[in-house]
Amino acid sequence: MNAIYILWLRQLKRYFRSKSRVLGSLGQPLLFLITFGFGFGSTFQKAGEGNYLQFLAPGIIAMSVLFSAIFFGIEVIFDKQFGFLKETLVAPVSRVSIMVGRTLGGATVATLQGVVVLLISYAFGFRMQNIYLLPLALLFMFLMALLFTGLGTAIASKMDDMHGFQLIMNFLVMPLFFLSGSLFPIQGLPPALKIVTSLNPLTYGIDGLRGSLIGISQLSFYFDLLIVGLLTTIVLVIGSYLFSRIQL
Amino acid sequence: MTKSIIEVKNLVKKFSDLTAVDNISFTINSGEIFAFLGPNGAGKTTTIKILTTLLKQTDGEVKVNGFDVLTAKNQVRHSFGIVFQDHSLDDELTAYENMQFHAVLFSVPKEERKERIENLLKFVDLWERKDSLVKTFSGGMKRRLEISRGLLHEPKILFLDEPTLGLDPQTRNHIWKYIEDLSQNKGLTVFFTTHYMDEADRVAQRIAIIDHGKIIAQGTSAELKKLTKKNSLEDAFISLTGDVIRDEEASTLDRLRMHRRGR
Repeated sequence: MNAIYILWLRQLKRYFRSKSRVLGSLGQPLLFLITFGFGFGSTFQKAGEGNYLQFLAPGIIAMSVLFSAIFFGIEVIFDKQFGFLKETLVAPVSRVSIMVGRTLGGATVATLQGVVVLLISYAFGFRMQNIYLLPLALLFMFLMALLFTGLGTAIASKMDDMHGFQLIMNFLVMPLFFLSGSLFPIQGLPPALKIVTSLNPLTYGIDGLRGSLIGISQLSFYFDLLIVGLLTTIVLVIGSYLFSRIQL
Repeated sequence: MTKSIIEVKNLVKKFSDLTAVDNISFTINSGEIFAFLGPNGAGKTTTIKILTTLLKQTDGEVKVNGFDVLTAKNQVRHSFGIVFQDHSLDDELTAYENMQFHAVLFSVPKEERKERIENLLKFVDLWERKDSLVKTFSGGMKRRLEISRGLLHEPKILFLDEPTLGLDPQTRNHIWKYIEDLSQNKGLTVFFTTHYMDEADRVAQRIAIIDHGKIIAQGTSAELKKLTKKNSLEDAFISLTGDVIRDEEASTLDRLRMHRRGR
């Protein structure tokens, strides 16, 4: 328990100490909100879909959670390269609690990022439909954060250096983001695309998040929660297994 | 006091087709200071990694403090402290936080943490800098911090993989004095590697020389000198391992190890 806490704390300290990282991670969501939000706003409205910024903001919040969560997972590689991982791996603590502590830390920070993007969206005119559903929105953000930090950790456990990072960004993270209903409604998509988006875990996370933030969702809350919860559990189990097999 | 605390029997480690450790056996007694010497790429670091549960052996049996490294990992990990050959601190944390992190992971009792950390940091002259981020430290300061961290949970065995690399003679002396003192008065067992033969000659009670994954000689410094009919341990070492600077074969081996180390 103590081990989990200290690893969690370490992730938070590292994050908040690096000002450039905090600022840098907000640049992309900001850019997306402005360009897409205002760029497509009138077209979206004319098509009879309502206010695009309202629709888009949950997608961008999820995006920032996704990007930072994956990154915090992948960070294990830095620890491998800079040697600190050895210090944790010779400790008389189960590898699973090390993995859990790290992942919780990364997921906490990624969720905070999501909250900051939510606040930024407010500055651009986004409004929640029902403020009392905020805890539910936070739950969806946190589950997505856990899922993708776990995924990042699982991948990083099998990697030796950062050379594969671009590959992961371009062939995993970007497709996850674009093929998820973050930027456009998933109903009315061509069948092939529809299948792809329905296989994407982020689709359910975003649907749940959008439901809790603006009251519009395509699936039921419980279904979204079930899918995301289930996948998170599976990924954490696999991630813990791979992490516990790391040899240096 | 001749109870053995580290027992290695027929240890083998293979990386795909390369045999890094080739059937070695040795025993270290409790309270002993033991030097493990060898040229670059001889298998020293690989052996330490197996003894400290970071790497699984291909074959053979290893017991540390009576516990098997494969089946009783946690007990083994409680038994030793280690200073790695390369950097293993978190640069983004302060010296004190690095120590605290270690204390929690090694379940040092809460009420003793502060005092122990203070004593050790004072000993290595880092107490004034306890709240500075480690990334602002020089190489020698980092090394001192790592050594004090390795002793924080009061282990029975201390592994030191080239611990004094890059330290000035004053610091080296200071640290060895402290370690020798711990060994004499508290029965700390020390297993270290070094390229400084004078250091091994002065400090180690027993020495094993490993080359190409095999132990080629074992004994006290005097015994090794006698065996090779040389006057200094350095000459004895060179006469045992040859004076050729490792050529092609050894350097691919080194590259491979460097690569592995980078992990």
